[in-house]
Amino acid sequence: MPLRGDELDTDRIMPARFLRAVSFDGLERHLFEDDRAADPGHAFNDPRYAGASILVVNANFGCGSSREHAPQGLVRAGIRAIVGESFSEIFQGNAAMLGLPCFVASHEAVERLQTLIETTPDVAIAADVASGAITAGSMRIAATLPPALRDGFVSGQWNPTLMLLDRYDEVRAVADRLPYMNWVIG
Amino acid sequence: MPATLFQKVWDAHAVRTLPSGQTQLFVGLHLVHEVTTPQAFDMMRQQGWRVAFPERTFATVDHIVPTSSQRRPFLDLMAEEMTTALERNCREAGIRLWAPDNDNQGIVHVIGPELGLTQPGMTIACGDSHTSTHGALGAIAFGIGTSQVRDVLASQCLALDPLNVRRIDISGRLNRGVYAKDVILTIIRRLGVQGGVGFAYEYGGSTIDAMTIDERMTICNMSIEGGARIGYVNPDDTTYAFLRGRRFSPAGDAFDRAVAWWRQMASDTSATYADRVTFDATAIEPTVTWGINPGQSVAVSEPIDGDPDDEAFAFMGFRPGQRVRGTRIDVAFIGSCTNGRLSDLEDAAHVVRGHHVAPHVKALVVPGSQAVRRAAEARGLHDVFIEAGFEWRGAGCSMCLGMNQDRLEGRQVSASSSNRNFKGRQGSPTGRTLLMSPAMVAAAAIAGEVVDVREMLEAVPA
Repeated sequence: MPLRGDELDTDRIMPARFLRAVSFDGLERHLFEDDRAADPGHAFNDPRYAGASILVVNANFGCGSSREHAPQGLVRAGIRAIVGESFSEIFQGNAAMLGLPCFVASHEAVERLQTLIETTPDVAIAADVASGAITAGSMRIAATLPPALRDGFVSGQWNPTLMLLDRYDEVRAVADRLPYMNWVIG
Repeated sequence: MPATLFQKVWDAHAVRTLPSGQTQLFVGLHLVHEVTTPQAFDMMRQQGWRVAFPERTFATVDHIVPTSSQRRPFLDLMAEEMTTALERNCREAGIRLWAPDNDNQGIVHVIGPELGLTQPGMTIACGDSHTSTHGALGAIAFGIGTSQVRDVLASQCLALDPLNVRRIDISGRLNRGVYAKDVILTIIRRLGVQGGVGFAYEYGGSTIDAMTIDERMTICNMSIEGGARIGYVNPDDTTYAFLRGRRFSPAGDAFDRAVAWWRQMASDTSATYADRVTFDATAIEPTVTWGINPGQSVAVSEPIDGDPDDEAFAFMGFRPGQRVRGTRIDVAFIGSCTNGRLSDLEDAAHVVRGHHVAPHVKALVVPGSQAVRRAAEARGLHDVFIEAGFEWRGAGCSMCLGMNQDRLEGRQVSASSSNRNFKGRQGSPTGRTLLMSPAMVAAAAIAGEVVDVREMLEAVPA
């Protein structure tokens, strides 16, 4: 589904009042809630895009707050990949932790893709994490993922927690080398 | 080989290169608050993991806490539930927590430096994008999401890609009525809200050198609004003087040894940068935002330029070529991790003294921490604000993001010392935010409309 506009910040994606909870459950119901109320034609109100799993956005998507509630809401709403002109680093990293790749493509390619979906909403779209190729009907555009995230998605190891837990002795060695680790008082 | 502080800190904290090519980076200080962590603690429990370095994590409550009355249990049941959850999580994990009934509670980015937890040469992570604030003391500090909070709890590490460093030099003396907030708004206006993506911002130059730590925190705080996840200032004598004697600062001989280490972590004078930009501080004027992102700002004396963002004009009700000056305001908010420290309240009180808030304006001052509140009260600032018609509140994030009861209503216009003018940011989907310095907010509260604080200061001795 196409969602037009630059600088769609995480307050827009998930307004702060929906962070008033101790779990992420149900966040999908509040995606873009204020934007949707203000604009009946908002893409997330549009029945033509119901069930869409690829979101196509413009520049600096996800800027602002580090709230993981934003990509959590998108994943819970069934979004499996995002294609956009650019993303905030924190958002892109948070999304990756949830297995949601954020593909970067040129302004021109993103606009063409958005226009294609708007004119033929039932077009099938595929995003290939290995090659970065986005195909929609006969359209094929080139997109990229940061290499580490791409490799993580291809290998199925996008969540680094187990790797980080793997070598505690090396972590301890770094901690012991840092002078301030012995300074804490109080 | 000459290196930047960023590179030195990165290398000192690098555990190894992960198979993905990312760096496993040790986190020296982890700060947590009630909003972005309960799910992380739940994930830990589900996996049966223990917190690896509980002594390196510190917690407080700031985002959702009421600032009108902080007596427990909170009348706001969700605030109570989230606070209780954090209390339980910290108790189980052995993490130190400063709850509202503790003298050290406050906004996480205010109390870290205040307590001396934030130190040069550290890596600092927190589930909040304004963690960049701590860079003012020469730390490499950045915001993370909840899954990464879980990773830090479990391993005290993160998997990250390094950033490039952009050196931003600001030179010259700021004119009267021009503050750190105006400097950072000017930087973001020129470099763009996306200009910092992929960069850490290193701020320097004679203007920064002359700034207090409070002022540097305002600058570093809003790095993220320019797209830079990290902003920092090299540690110097101002930094060391600030840290001396704070609760978690090393004491005695250990302090001198610490200073020696901090000094060598600063960027080498011959370090190379991926990019360099310069600003002339003498040309900076009091600055206000007119749009819906922090890059859409203008000097208060100028008309709004020809930004093509129709959405921003429509939402805010401005026209290209119009001036923000003279815009009637409904709410004045002084506070936040950007401008909720003692010096910010002093700057605002300096303008307020002897005046009264315009009758149609709801004005509130929310100290960034309980310590800021106490210090302000010791100086009598609360009397200045209360006599002028401001509400004097307890510590928290409050109307910066409207997660507690402090929210805009309808299309109200807010003059705010906070950091984001996004649509809906201050708690009303249609509310409008004008970002500016605390002194400019104070001036607007009195005049009932946006004014040039320099004119009000003419009547006040410097």
